[in-house]
Amino acid sequence: MGHPKKASKFVANSKRMHWHDKALWFVRERRDLATHQLDEWEELRRVASEIKTHTMDRLDYYLEEFEKNATQKGLHIHWARDAKEHNEIVLNLLLTHGAKRVVKSKSMLTEECGLNPFLEKNGIEIVDTDLGERIVQLRKEAPSHIVLPAIHLKKEEVGKTFEEFLNTQKDNCDPTYLTREARKHLREKFLTADASITGVNFAIAQTGGVVVCTNEGNADLGASLPKLHIASMGIEKVIPRLEELSVFTRLLARSATGQPITTYTSHFHAPIEGGELHIVIVDNGRSDTLSNSDFKESLNCIRCGACLNTCPVYRRSGGHSYGYTIPGPIGSTLGASRDLQANRTLPFACTLCASCSNVCPSKIKLHNQLYRHRQNVVKAGLLGAKKRAILKVSSWVMKHPLLLDFVGLVVRKVVPILPRSIVYSKANIWGRGREVPKFPKKSFKELYKERKK
Amino acid sequence: MKIGLFIPCFMNELYPKASMATLKVLENLGLDVEYPMNQTCCGQPMANSGCYLEAKELAKRFLKIFKDYDYIVAPSGSCVAMVRVNYAQFLEGEEGFEHLKNNTYELVEFLHDVIKPTTMNVSFPYRVGIHNSCHGHRELGMASMSERNFPEFSKIKKILSLVDDIEFVTLRRNDECCGFGGIFSVTQEAISVAMGIDRVNDHLNAKAEVITGIDMSCLMHMQGIIDRQKLPIKTMHIAQILAGEL
Amino acid sequence: MSSRETILNSIKKNRPSSTIELPNTDISHVKYRDRDKKFATTLKSVGGDAVWLEDKSVDEFVAENYRDLDVIVSTYLEFNGSTKDANELETPHLLEDVDLAVIKGEFAVAENGAVWVKNPKNHHRALYFLATRLLIVVDKNSIVDSMHEAYKLIDFSRAGYGTFISGPSKTADIEQALVIGAHGAIEVCVLFV
Repeated sequence: MGHPKKASKFVANSKRMHWHDKALWFVRERRDLATHQLDEWEELRRVASEIKTHTMDRLDYYLEEFEKNATQKGLHIHWARDAKEHNEIVLNLLLTHGAKRVVKSKSMLTEECGLNPFLEKNGIEIVDTDLGERIVQLRKEAPSHIVLPAIHLKKEEVGKTFEEFLNTQKDNCDPTYLTREARKHLREKFLTADASITGVNFAIAQTGGVVVCTNEGNADLGASLPKLHIASMGIEKVIPRLEELSVFTRLLARSATGQPITTYTSHFHAPIEGGELHIVIVDNGRSDTLSNSDFKESLNCIRCGACLNTCPVYRRSGGHSYGYTIPGPIGSTLGASRDLQANRTLPFACTLCASCSNVCPSKIKLHNQLYRHRQNVVKAGLLGAKKRAILKVSSWVMKHPLLLDFVGLVVRKVVPILPRSIVYSKANIWGRGREVPKFPKKSFKELYKERKK
Repeated sequence: MKIGLFIPCFMNELYPKASMATLKVLENLGLDVEYPMNQTCCGQPMANSGCYLEAKELAKRFLKIFKDYDYIVAPSGSCVAMVRVNYAQFLEGEEGFEHLKNNTYELVEFLHDVIKPTTMNVSFPYRVGIHNSCHGHRELGMASMSERNFPEFSKIKKILSLVDDIEFVTLRRNDECCGFGGIFSVTQEAISVAMGIDRVNDHLNAKAEVITGIDMSCLMHMQGIIDRQKLPIKTMHIAQILAGEL
Repeated sequence: MSSRETILNSIKKNRPSSTIELPNTDISHVKYRDRDKKFATTLKSVGGDAVWLEDKSVDEFVAENYRDLDVIVSTYLEFNGSTKDANELETPHLLEDVDLAVIKGEFAVAENGAVWVKNPKNHHRALYFLATRLLIVVDKNSIVDSMHEAYKLIDFSRAGYGTFISGPSKTADIEQALVIGAHGAIEVCVLFV
């Protein structure tokens, strides 16, 4: 099922759809408020974009630098070509350390790699510790947003889930109460964990450390209690030096939630005393994207989620309608780059309104990427025969002005005299929720000709 | 100064009044305007569907028809954005393309940037909500975008302010997409209509009597919703207001 | 070929041959006329408090403001009210019961209410996240405007751990309702001395 079908299901519940839309628009407004407090906002975006572009163009150099400097600091670097290798490296580390219970903080990469089901299959207990992620994990759902994983759920639904799994009070869905209960439940998981897994927001080539940003403190708690900390990062997470963080830490949280910075911005250049810090660097198709000038910029993403919050389609269709790990504009372009066949409807889940490109802190021209992906969908013959035929015929007509005039004339004469039941038959998709325009007697061209006489 | 009038294909067929109003606005300002008879479509529907070969043929055709005019003016931000932003992929390096790209304007933009009229000598005593159509808004830069951190401006509002007795309403979401999106309006019908309803309601709640804008396509979509739901508001292309049609 | 080589070769093969220069990050940026005030209001907006200590010791401040707490731990050497020594503990897990941690902050950032915490002498960084309340003691002359100044003060030429803490731990994962106190501290006070 492609995006349109799943989206129309989401829209069908108008009340809930509007609730979802408003919740995310609220985040977008908070972002606007925060960004308008900085005169240098657009300058920050320019610099961020240039840093990322430069780094991606020299990615091999910066990754090797990172590896060298991290190794010097006693960190362990692993390289994974794909999801499978990533998962095996993680499992192997856990097994050699005798780790059975693992706490994990948010990492879209591990979602992409399907790490949780893989570890569970191998007898490891893996607990997502970000509150939103824990909620969707208990419900056996995927996150519907990269920053707000449970944004699709109402507090009553969260309450029910907690009742079932955490034995909370019946029908108590007060967010503070539920958060406190989750704190207790997860505190116990933290204290008994044998290892922790975190994502990586930034890896610094010059100093050989990684930076993780959270509001809840779950990444830090996890990475500060058990002896083993595994951090998984995509190859595109590396930045050259510490000073570039001044730009990214200013952009990230403001873009994501409108906060001036995340509560915790932690710089890991060492494990805890007596512990080990392992960093898994994952390619999984990313290096291929580097060669494509149309889509290379998508690697500049810092995963703030602003393009999701601003996207009028995402807000009204929900993250699950995309069917890809990362939803919204950035997910649509990453998904289409990864597997065009499977994600062929995603470049079209977009009105080309360009809001995403202008909200993006690293200035990725997201809507242009989706526009280009559409051409690849056609090139690959994935558009659908009917649509393709209609467009071919109409293009042909458009090359013959007299024919176009004739077709226009016939339509304008015929449609107004047809009975409503025919004009609004099933085939008229436009007419499901809208009236068709009132057809005029004469075209502009006809009036123009008459006037000239 | 010879102006080539570029009327979007669907406007020619469905909106002769708004098209004629465009011509009238330009002629009222004493400009020499010609409508090339063999023009059809700029190719945007094909390009936005990914059908680049078809789009390229139509782009070449468009260039041939319009390249010799000093200015090319159209009552549509979207079709102009196609020429100015998306034609490069198809026409880069072709003779006359640079001129075409640099001299194709949306009507209001043309008035604002080139002609700079100080009065329109028309009245429009209604409360108006401006729909900032996305392509004009974000590709052509007709007004400051809510996403960006630049000083506020609106070429549309500035030109409309030359109309006597007009009143503007303030929307809650000043530049959200109406959901038309070309083929999106049918391939993603449910979302498209939902977005349109939300947009119309924003204008209604702001007590607008008329929704105006530079793109008939967005207005057609919203009018379709207004008519279906029998809402007490109507849409009107900006050219009609500027031409003094009440 | 190892995965390392495969990945690096693939990058080399696919990346463009030329690139733009790394831009200068030291752009002209916001400066605050009253950094103290900006820091305090920003920290307040993210759920924390800022206090300037005048003619009083940290000991006295804690005694007055944190009554009836069982477990107080400190990494701030001038503080004498600890009930146990964190560095003596075998494992960080034993810090789970800490009601108040008095810790040392290196400097504060006005634009975002954050304090840089990096203390190589603290053996258990978990303290920052396990304690229910954090009192971060910072030199009152060390508030900078923005992250641009902040990163000039940070050095990672040696291994270690450091974190910016901006207010108490929080989440808005349930219906966007802001709840203070997710996994980390429920209260954060920055004390300028």
